[in-house]
Amino acid sequence: MREKILAAIDKNSKLSAEDLAIMLGLSVEEVKSIIKQLEDEHIICGYPTLINWDKVECERVTALIEVKVTPQRGLGFDKIAERIYKFDEVQSVYLMSGGFDLTVIIEGRTMREVANFVSVKLAPMEAILSTATHFVLKKYKENGLPLVHTHKDERMLISP
Amino acid sequence: MRNPLSKTVVNIKPSGIRKFFDIVTEMKDAISLGVGEPDFDTPWHIREEGIYSLEKGRTFYTSNSGVKELRVEISNYLHRKYDLQYNYENEVLVTVGGSEAIDLALRAMVDPGDEVLIPQPCFVSYDPCTVLAGGVPVSINLKEENEFKLTREELLSAITDKTKILFLAFPSNPTGAIMDYDDLKDIVDVIIEKDLYVISDEIYSELTYGKKHVSIASFPGMKERTIVINGFSKSYAMTGWRLGFAAGPKLILEQMTKIHQFAIMCAPTTSQYAAVEALRNGDSDVEMMTDAYDKRRRYLVNALRNMGLPCFEPYGAFYVFPSIKGLNMTSDEFATKLLMEEKVAVVPGTAFGECGEGFLRISYAYSIDNLKIALERIEQFVGRYLGGN
Repeated sequence: MREKILAAIDKNSKLSAEDLAIMLGLSVEEVKSIIKQLEDEHIICGYPTLINWDKVECERVTALIEVKVTPQRGLGFDKIAERIYKFDEVQSVYLMSGGFDLTVIIEGRTMREVANFVSVKLAPMEAILSTATHFVLKKYKENGLPLVHTHKDERMLISP
Repeated sequence: MRNPLSKTVVNIKPSGIRKFFDIVTEMKDAISLGVGEPDFDTPWHIREEGIYSLEKGRTFYTSNSGVKELRVEISNYLHRKYDLQYNYENEVLVTVGGSEAIDLALRAMVDPGDEVLIPQPCFVSYDPCTVLAGGVPVSINLKEENEFKLTREELLSAITDKTKILFLAFPSNPTGAIMDYDDLKDIVDVIIEKDLYVISDEIYSELTYGKKHVSIASFPGMKERTIVINGFSKSYAMTGWRLGFAAGPKLILEQMTKIHQFAIMCAPTTSQYAAVEALRNGDSDVEMMTDAYDKRRRYLVNALRNMGLPCFEPYGAFYVFPSIKGLNMTSDEFATKLLMEEKVAVVPGTAFGECGEGFLRISYAYSIDNLKIALERIEQFVGRYLGGN
């Protein structure tokens, strides 16, 4: 049932406990208690809103940074990852397989702000060997949801 | 000048849905719960396969009965899902939607005067296609207290010595009813004893909730007297591709193929290649869509009951069929007033046969957000009229 609730709210966190209860055939109390558990166990980590900032009149840049680091003895990559993700500008940090170690996704108001972050905060860290910064030009799809195309119902209004 | 028209055709009543459609299309900002097709787009990998087949230049006729790969996949599918055995070489025919298959089956089996039993409320084409094939449609009025299933007694009392064919269409459009193993078992021996043939329209077979679809052809002694009709429209959200199929005994399929060969030639080639992909790699899409429908179904049934419109629990298709008998108006009046006053379109039950009077077909092939808005409006409407003003 936990999986069912998670699958139901994965793409729409606005569903109320009442709605979920009806849709999944549970009682409202059951749904509330399962969601509480999931939050307590940090399986549900938050309820952010998916916004297409491109459509808002405000400057905002996203950059993806490939980072190579020296893992630390006994701590591996976790310690350095933590040092990076604690910055507010950092949206996501992933440990990667392949040619580099960490993917760091940064959001800033201007390109300069991002560049500044990389050159002042990130690159000088001791464990960091190199960085390669890629700026995002346009976002098409995020979290499984297309940002650009709004779906229009083209069906006839009535059909047999 | 002579009358150019055939009397048979002129005498066929236009679809009840058509009349309502004309009113609805004039209302620009109406929201509709009136469609009989999925709201999902065809899954991308299936569409992509269609595009690829065009790129490869597969723009020619296929063999009359359909491309071999597709017939093989259909045969596998029917076996895998419904435990049916059909030889792809001569027991499977790919058609232009399930609709063509219905027409072909009737034309291949009906002689003038043969009676065709049509349990109603049902899909709009069975009756007129029977007439066009020269048959005599005989309605069986299904009842709400039986959850719109066909009972043994209803079947027995409708059979005469002219009865040749029985239509079965479960999961049902418009009621959402299904007939499970036990329900079918109850009528199978009647069908065999009275030597009837069955046209089993199973187009909604993938869309069942909590209960698995059972095909009547899987009962001993039934395969030789059943034409199973199915297709891609509902299960894979492929309505516009116009692709369906029939499976049945060689003797009948040969004749159906003959009509198909003269009247249609072959089903659309692009659609056929896309459908191969659907059957090979589409199970998880069906699962995802069924899961979404199920949630909406519960939501809709619950909301309708709460506002005082009783409805039995529908276990199939994507329709709920609530009763409006507590309101002092006909289905047609309800649907028209609801449209005028609240701008919500639903289909009056009478569009699916006279015994649909007192009911509405409400489709849940819509997003939850859409359903919510529509249901709020229906609730306001029902609140105004409930109690018989």
